[in-house]
Amino acid sequence: MKFAVSKPGTTVAIKTGEWRSQKPAVDLAKCIKCATCQNYCPEGCMGTPGQAPDIDFDYCKGCGLCAQECPVKCIRMEQEIKLVGKKKA
Amino acid sequence: MNYSAAIAEVASYCKVDVVASYPITPSTPITHELNKLYVNGGFPKFITVEAEFSAISSLLGASAAGARTFSATCGQGLMLMHEALFSTSGMRLPVVMAVANRAISSPLNIWADEQDAMCQRDSGWIQLYCKNGQEAVDTTIQAFKIAEKMMIPAMVCLDGFYLTHSVGQIDLPDKDKVAAFLPPYKNPFVLDPQNPLTVGAYAVPADYQDFREDLCADLESSAKTIEEVGKEFGKVFGREYGLVEYHNCKDADRVIITLGSVYNTIEMVADALRAKGEKVGVAHLRSFRPFPASDLRANLGGKHVLVVERDVSPGAVPPVYAEVSEALGGTGSTVSVAAGLLGGREAKRQAFEALFERMKQGKVKAWLCSKEKKL
Repeated sequence: MKFAVSKPGTTVAIKTGEWRSQKPAVDLAKCIKCATCQNYCPEGCMGTPGQAPDIDFDYCKGCGLCAQECPVKCIRMEQEIKLVGKKKA
Repeated sequence: MNYSAAIAEVASYCKVDVVASYPITPSTPITHELNKLYVNGGFPKFITVEAEFSAISSLLGASAAGARTFSATCGQGLMLMHEALFSTSGMRLPVVMAVANRAISSPLNIWADEQDAMCQRDSGWIQLYCKNGQEAVDTTIQAFKIAEKMMIPAMVCLDGFYLTHSVGQIDLPDKDKVAAFLPPYKNPFVLDPQNPLTVGAYAVPADYQDFREDLCADLESSAKTIEEVGKEFGKVFGREYGLVEYHNCKDADRVIITLGSVYNTIEMVADALRAKGEKVGVAHLRSFRPFPASDLRANLGGKHVLVVERDVSPGAVPPVYAEVSEALGGTGSTVSVAAGLLGGREAKRQAFEALFERMKQGKVKAWLCSKEKKL
């Protein structure tokens, strides 16, 4: 008898950054620290609102919402190249 | 006593903690009676829900939190539960549910057949079919014990109207004896805010299949539990149950096997033919999930077996016939099928007399009581 039961914390343990195919690149010179990207990020991995984005790439899935919503368009999605068979970038 | 009231009554004897049920014909009287019991203190919690998906989902949560749970539904209601049925069995939560078998839209029809439960056959639930009101009452009690022992949810299938709206004599099991028969439900992984757990979470490709293999193996081995609990029930309450009921099958050369209330008519026909010296028998497939293949092989192997079923699988042969054929393969049996009686279509005794007669000529594969194609 197998039970699919786990302790909470799987969202921390599972590094969703592995799913990413595109990665956001921030032009910090253009950034106005408006916190839009930080509030929109579904993973909450864009750093502290009001400060320059500090992306946690362990969890960034590369969804591109930040680039879409940035009012000054300082975030660009770049193709990410990963080595097949190796975990994490 | 009204059979629906009796089923609700024994559910309270079984000390259910939480009921969530949305009314839908013909399971409405069970829901209605459960509600009446609840307001009179019959059990602690009745969750009023806006639809069947919520009913099964809230019971899934309640069961994970350690509550004994019960519901009743049918037809479109069961269809709406479809997704959550798989979640319930996948999380190994022993929810018990009465299913008042009815037809599926479209066209709209609220009368009896077994298409609703049959198309949930791969949902990982135990399915026990009842041929009369007494069996429905007795099976409800056993279902809790079986489900909780195996940690697999169970459906008690009873034909809509025939067994939900009928009034008849019921030997209502003694409340204290039921309490003694059914130990308290203990979920090994109780959802508790003080000790948080995640149930039924993500399983990666490396793990997922293991859970499915485990559920398949456990559902198969639940056959043994169903037999044990049926025997134990017999010792305590005087009515013993198994996976399949065989009536005059031992020396029979022709046997009709079916599930549900239509069994009773076929049994009458078979008995009348027996009295005339014909070697006919009849069997009731009580447990459809788990499917008792080896039991059928041992008892019906080599005979001409005809499956009467109230369901269809458009584009393929009817499901019970397919599985009986597989079970009896290689035994020298001829397996026949007559599918029909859909949406409450009635069969008279003559229909089954004709079937037994036609079996003499060899394999039968026909609609039952069809306007288009006469037998």
